[in-house]
Amino acid sequence: MSQVTYREAIRRALADALAADPRVLVLGEDIGAAGGVFKATAGLSDEFGSDRVRDTPISEQAIIGATIGSALKGLRPVAELMFADFAAVCFDQIANQMAKYRYMTGGQVSVPATVRLVNGAGNGFGSQHSQAVENWFLGFPGLIVVTPGCVADAYGLLRAAIADENPVLYFEHKGLYNIKGELPDSAPAMQLGKASVVRQGTDATVVATQLMRQRVEEAAEVLAADGIDIEVVDPRTLLPLDITTIGASVDKTNNLVVVQESSAAGSWGATVVASVVTAHFESLDAAPVLLSAPDTPIPYAGDLEQAWLPSTGRITDAIRKLLAR
Amino acid sequence: MTYLPPQVDIDDNAALTVDDLAAMLTRMAEIRALEDEIQRAFTQNLVRGSTHLCTGQEACVVGACAALREDGDPGDAMVCTYRGHGAVVAMGAPLDRSFAEVLGRSSGLCRGKGGSMHLTDTSVGAYGSFAIVGAHLPIAVGLGLAAKHTGSRAVALCFFGDGSTNIGAFHESLNLAAIWKLPVVFFCENNLYGEYSAIRTTTPIERLSDRAAAYAMPGVQVDGNDVVAVRAITGVAVRRARAGEGPTLIEALTYRHRGHSRTDPATYRPAGELETWKEYDPIGRLDRLLLRRGISEQAVEEIHAAARASVTSAVAAATAHDEPGIELLVEDVYA
Repeated sequence: MSQVTYREAIRRALADALAADPRVLVLGEDIGAAGGVFKATAGLSDEFGSDRVRDTPISEQAIIGATIGSALKGLRPVAELMFADFAAVCFDQIANQMAKYRYMTGGQVSVPATVRLVNGAGNGFGSQHSQAVENWFLGFPGLIVVTPGCVADAYGLLRAAIADENPVLYFEHKGLYNIKGELPDSAPAMQLGKASVVRQGTDATVVATQLMRQRVEEAAEVLAADGIDIEVVDPRTLLPLDITTIGASVDKTNNLVVVQESSAAGSWGATVVASVVTAHFESLDAAPVLLSAPDTPIPYAGDLEQAWLPSTGRITDAIRKLLAR
Repeated sequence: MTYLPPQVDIDDNAALTVDDLAAMLTRMAEIRALEDEIQRAFTQNLVRGSTHLCTGQEACVVGACAALREDGDPGDAMVCTYRGHGAVVAMGAPLDRSFAEVLGRSSGLCRGKGGSMHLTDTSVGAYGSFAIVGAHLPIAVGLGLAAKHTGSRAVALCFFGDGSTNIGAFHESLNLAAIWKLPVVFFCENNLYGEYSAIRTTTPIERLSDRAAAYAMPGVQVDGNDVVAVRAITGVAVRRARAGEGPTLIEALTYRHRGHSRTDPATYRPAGELETWKEYDPIGRLDRLLLRRGISEQAVEEIHAAARASVTSAVAAATAHDEPGIELLVEDVYA
C-alpha cells in the first residue's frame, strides 16, 4: 500500500497494462517524448518505446479512427484527448463509429478501445478547455462512460477499461491530478458499471463524481459536525448507469441530492433524478435536489469560474435546506 | 465532361490468365445483377430507407480486391462506403446473406441491423461499409496500424468516393498513414459526382491523385472502368504496403450509371453523358477482352448466365428468410 497521486495512478495503470499485454498501445498528442501536457504518460515512451507509446499529429479524427481500426483487429489501444473538449472535433468517430460498430454489424466484432479525456473546470483554462463533457455521450449505447473520482478508482477503472471488450470513454479530471490516496501494490481488478458508496450515512443520498465528489466529501465532514449524516455515492460509470446502487441508497435515506459540474439540461444528474423519481418515488420524503452549474459557458476569471462551479458551501447549503423541511 | 478513358477497348495483360479474367467477369456480373435486383426490390418496397448502387463501377472494387487477394494475408482488411455492396461482394461475402441484409432479414450479414449502407462481413475481411462520408479513412489507418504493430504483412484497402477528398478526415488519415508508413491503400473511386454536384464544381484541382503529394506518398490515376489496369495498379500499391513502404493514393476514374441514391434521377448530368460512358462500360470491355483472348461468345454469355443464376437463387433464398425476431433489438449493444 502506498500513497500516490491520481496522476501517478493513471500513469501506473497505463504502465502496468503495457507491461502485461503486448496488444496495448497508447497514442495521442505529445504523450510520448513530452510525457503528456499533464504528465500522465511521463516516462512511458522511454520504458516501452515510441512504437507502443505513439506521438500523433494534432488530428483527433485520425487518432480516434486509428484507435477504432486497431481495436477491430484485436489490439487494446488507449487514445488520449489532451482536453476532453476536443472530443467535439472527433465526435463522429466516437458517436457514430466507435459506439455503433458492434451493433450495426450484428455483433461480428467488438471495439475494445479506451479513450482518455482530460475533463473539468477550476484551473482557468477558459470556455474551450474546461468542460466536463461526459454528458455529450450519454445517448450513445454501446459506449461505456467512466468518471474516476479518487486515486484507487483512477487506477482500477483504467485497467478495467483497457481489459474490457467494449469501447470505454475514461474521463480524468484535471483538478484531481494532484490529490493523493491509497493504492494497493497489487490493486484488484475493478468492475465497470458499478457505483461506489463512498461514505455511509442515513439522512440523504448525495450523488457526485470527480471534483464534485471531492467537494461532497468535504461537505459531509462539515455537515457531520452539525449532526447531519449524508451518504455519498459515486456512480463511477455513467453509461450504463448503476441506478440499483443509487436507488437502494435512496430507499435507505429517503432523500436525494445530485451535484454535477455542468448545466442541468441533458445531464447525467438529470437522468439520475428521473430514474429515482420514476422507480423510487415512494421512498422520497421531498423533491430531489439537482445542484448544477449555471447555464453559461465556463468563464476565465478566477472569481467567475469559482462562482460557476458548485462550491462546498453551496453543497452544504442545499443539503441543509432540503433536510430543514 | 471532364474525363473519358483514352480508348474504348482495354489493353490486355499477359500476367492474367483466361481464368483470372473469367473470375473477375463473374464477380462483376454478379455485382451488376445484384444491384439490379436491389433496385427492383426497392421499387417493390422491400428495401427500407435508401440504397446507393455501384452499377458501372464494378471494375474498381473487383480489380482492387483481386489485387489484395494475390499473395494475400489472412489479416487483410477492406473498408468502403455506403455505396458498398460491390466491394463487400468482391471480397467474397455470400450473395444470399448480402441481399438478406439489404432486405433486413435475420440471416443478413449484420443480422438485419445494418442494412444497405452498412454491409459488413469480417469473416472475409470486409470490415465495414460506412455511411458518414470519409469516416472510415481514419479507421483504415487503424487497421494498418494493427498490421504494423503485430508485424504482420496484412494490408488495409480503403475505398472512398471523390466527395470524400474534401472532408477533413481524408487529410488527417493520409497524413497519419504517411508519417507512420502504414500499409494502407487509399482507393478513390472518382465517379465525377459527389452526391448531386460535379466534382469539378467543388474541387479546384483536376487530378485528385495530386493530393498525395501533400503527404509524400505516391498518387496515381487509373482508368477505373478497366479492371485489368485497376488490378495491376492496385497490386503495385499492395506490394508496396506489404514491403513496409507505406501508403498509396489511387484515383480510379469511373462513372455511376444511376443517381446518387434511389431518389436521385441524376437530372444534373449533361445530356448524353451516361450514354457515352456506357460505351466504356467495364463489363462490356472485359467481355471484349475475353473474346480477343479467343474465348467464344457463347462461353462469355455462359459466364453472364451463371452469374445471373447465382444472384437469382441468392435473391430467392434471402427473400424466404425470416424477419428478425424482436429479441434481436437489444442484442449486440455490448460485448
